[in-house]
Amino acid sequence: MTIRHHLNDDLLIDYAAGTLSEGWSLAVACHLAMCPQCRDQLALAEAMGGALLEDLAPVAGPDDSWETLKTRLANASEEPAKPVLRPARATLPEPLRSYLGGDIESLKWRNLGNAKQILIKTGDDTTQARLLRIAAGKPVPEHSHGGRELTVVLTGSFHDAVDSFGPGDIEDADGSLTHQPIADEDQDCICLAITDAPLKFSSRLLRMVQPLLGI
Amino acid sequence: MTDRNVPAGIPNDTISAQIVAIAATRDMASFEALFREFGPRIRAYLLKLTRDGQAAEDLMQETMLAVWRKAGQFDPTRGQASAWIFTIARNTWIDAWRKQKRPALDPDDPALVPAAEADAPTLLELKQRGAALHEALKALPEEQVELIRLSFFDEASHSTIAARLGLPIGTVKSRIRLAFGRLRAALEEKK
Ligand SMILES: [Zn+2]
Repeated sequence: MTIRHHLNDDLLIDYAAGTLSEGWSLAVACHLAMCPQCRDQLALAEAMGGALLEDLAPVAGPDDSWETLKTRLANASEEPAKPVLRPARATLPEPLRSYLGGDIESLKWRNLGNAKQILIKTGDDTTQARLLRIAAGKPVPEHSHGGRELTVVLTGSFHDAVDSFGPGDIEDADGSLTHQPIADEDQDCICLAITDAPLKFSSRLLRMVQPLLGI
Repeated sequence: MTDRNVPAGIPNDTISAQIVAIAATRDMASFEALFREFGPRIRAYLLKLTRDGQAAEDLMQETMLAVWRKAGQFDPTRGQASAWIFTIARNTWIDAWRKQKRPALDPDDPALVPAAEADAPTLLELKQRGAALHEALKALPEEQVELIRLSFFDEASHSTIAARLGLPIGTVKSRIRLAFGRLRAALEEKK
């Protein structure tokens, strides 16, 4: 598996800084789980954060800051670390499984023509996260984006007029792109898609039923 | 710090040794030294993000408590001590101050795609890379380093920062990309 589409520097830096909102961060974290190369880049961005921290001019605090800290330390109980239960094998990576409440075989899909979807709840009201399952060989209706769309391929692959995307690849589309992704023939394509505005479908009929489908 | 012949920043190997001592023997002298060195900088970082002196002090203390608790998780062969402390301060700020979570991967997840086995860098190499990073930061044009600083020390999005500086968003993003590219190049030489 060779990943060809990686994280943009601005996503990487905002994720390292902790300022990227939860929806986009979910896509970034899923790509990172599948891409050792971008994990190295994240480590570099965090090293940069460390270097900037070292270079900050110190700010003095209250005189009793150290005494207060020592007292809190003495009173803090050492809570034993909770053991994390992990399955022996998994298809979808963390943190996505936790958001979905399970792995691929436990999911309840909603039909959407050639595709199925699951809306994912996050604490971020500026984005919508969804899991999409595009039937093998089938297209998703042609659409453009009112805003940004991040798509991470989890299994299978898709292509559009410009490019192709396989497992782990991330597509960063802005409002100017109109495309019709088509899943490749060999298997269904499952991807995580994050958007910050409703998709604009080229078909008038789809635009009309859009609110009913929750897309 | 103004002498350009002396590498800026804090000696990371000293800090690394302190964190290791905290983990191994709960060494209070090391913890106090770490607090004296880093506490005022962590406070400065959190003050920039929260603009609230009391919150900055509280979150700095939370950060230091987490450093004490998590010291055993720090691996001095994997990276800079300051980077590790930065991530703890950042996560403390997100947990306490932001209303959203920051989803992160699980390093022990069975679905994680592992990295190819690589030799861990030696401590000397890590030290050189730390120095290289500082030198590269210093060598960046001010307009680029300013945007990097804003990215890390200001909660505002790039579009808000762009509007504030009166720059097109594309310019902001390309300056960030240029700056990050130079730092990356500087470190790759030391790999
Ligand atoms: Zn990548």
